Amino acid sequence: MDPVMKREIILENYQNPMHRGLVEDSSYIKVNTNNESCIDNLDVQYKIVDGVIEDIRFDGEACAISTSATSVMIRSFIGKRVEEAKEILKNYEAMIEEEEYDPSILGELNVYEETYLQPNRKKCALLPFASFHKVLDQIEK
Amino acid sequence: MNREDFEILKTGIIYFDNGATTLKPKPVVDAIVDYYTNYTANAHRGDYDNSLKVDEKYEAVREKVKMLLHCEKSSEVVFTSGATDSLNRIVFGFMKYYLKPGDEVLLTKAEHASNVLPWLELEKEIGIVVKYIPLTSTNEVSMDNVRSSITNRTKVISIAHITNVLGDVRPIAEIGKLCKEKGILFVVDAAQSVPHRKVDVQEANIDFLAFSAHKMLGPTGVGVLYGRYELLNQLHPTVLGGGMNATFTSDGDFTWKSLPSRLEAGTPNIAGVIGLGAAIDYLLSIGMDTIQKYEADLRHYLLTELQKIPNVVLYNEKIASSNIAFNLKDVFSQDTALYLNHYHICVRAGNHCAKMLKDELHVNNTCRISLYFYNTKEEVDTLVRVLKNSEDIFRVIL
Repeated sequence: MDPVMKREIILENYQNPMHRGLVEDSSYIKVNTNNESCIDNLDVQYKIVDGVIEDIRFDGEACAISTSATSVMIRSFIGKRVEEAKEILKNYEAMIEEEEYDPSILGELNVYEETYLQPNRKKCALLPFASFHKVLDQIEK
Repeated sequence: MNREDFEILKTGIIYFDNGATTLKPKPVVDAIVDYYTNYTANAHRGDYDNSLKVDEKYEAVREKVKMLLHCEKSSEVVFTSGATDSLNRIVFGFMKYYLKPGDEVLLTKAEHASNVLPWLELEKEIGIVVKYIPLTSTNEVSMDNVRSSITNRTKVISIAHITNVLGDVRPIAEIGKLCKEKGILFVVDAAQSVPHRKVDVQEANIDFLAFSAHKMLGPTGVGVLYGRYELLNQLHPTVLGGGMNATFTSDGDFTWKSLPSRLEAGTPNIAGVIGLGAAIDYLLSIGMDTIQKYEADLRHYLLTELQKIPNVVLYNEKIASSNIAFNLKDVFSQDTALYLNHYHICVRAGNHCAKMLKDELHVNNTCRISLYFYNTKEEVDTLVRVLKNSEDIFRVIL
């Protein structure tokens, strides 16, 4: 992907992220990512009905990469079955960790394909997905 | 000054994270290498030449610390793994036995985690009450606030001499005097002050004090616990083993050695202590007053330059040490630090282990510049130029 376009997508998702702001609704599962990082602090809410991710909301303070990656993740996940989201998660993590992955299922998340070039940003790019791990821990218990 | 002694500076980095740890000058590295290369032996053990030499070198550092802090006796100086270790020993080796349920300990919300969490744990364990001296509008400790926080249950005041985020300097001599009058024990976290200025434990009536070697040119993994002799002599060893016992028998009887050996169980960090000694020699050869003055002038220059940049928000303009906490308007502190890293400028972003301070500062995270004597006006000029051009920050970091 063209580097200028990648930067534009990341910046747009940082400055105008999707679904920022939490809702008061007990049908959402709420998780926090603070223990994954001392500095970024994101609350993420997932609404999952019959195995389908119907909605995700988030709020909090985090760097440009974490915030934008949360927004792009939300775009990618909404409407997907949990099993499909797990497949995206697996391939996204492999991409960030420089392992083999299938770019064809990552869509817009491919904008983070070169994050590995800045190793100190890997954690930032993975942070929103840590919230999904926490949700999976809860629903698969 | 003295930049030629710091090999790492030749790589071109601008190191502004001295509150986290400092760079190491050649004489410190050489002293450590000399021990490992030329006279390796354990301390307090053998009768051969190298072993005696180790003893002499190791104990000489205790004398240097005594001189540095103006202690009454060198046996008031205990080598630990760092300020965190020292503070934990004060709390769990002394305060746990000295304090009673309901006794009050005064801290502030600007303290480092290592001077908060041991106290909160002791609060759970034995029912002491942790209270916080309110900070002023500029987040400092005033004598009025100290006085008004003291009740007849106050037994301890435990605060940093200089805080690690904002770098405000507490009036420790006045607080120490007040503590002495009121029979309150005074514990000082001096990790951010001993590297930068003279600290006199007797003049300030300090009962316990902690600092780390690595924040003052020395190696990591070594620090000092100072305690006034009568109190330190009551501090229970929290680590038991070789080198600290006088006798032990199979029926369960044991006796401890006298101070300071009693509180240094196991093989000590000999290389680390020797490195600390070289660091003290190095600092004193420059002179603590010279260092303090140089840093104050450099900070003033940096502050004046930063005040001219419209999108820089400053959080501690008026303090009298060498830190500056700032943010770029509407930029997350970590993004600012990553941007500066692109220009090889090292600063810290975050809450700096002072997680309660956000209640007072009304901001969760800041970038911190912490200066030392090897920083220069030229380095400040580079930082200022980079910050002035930060409108392209996201092009640089994304």
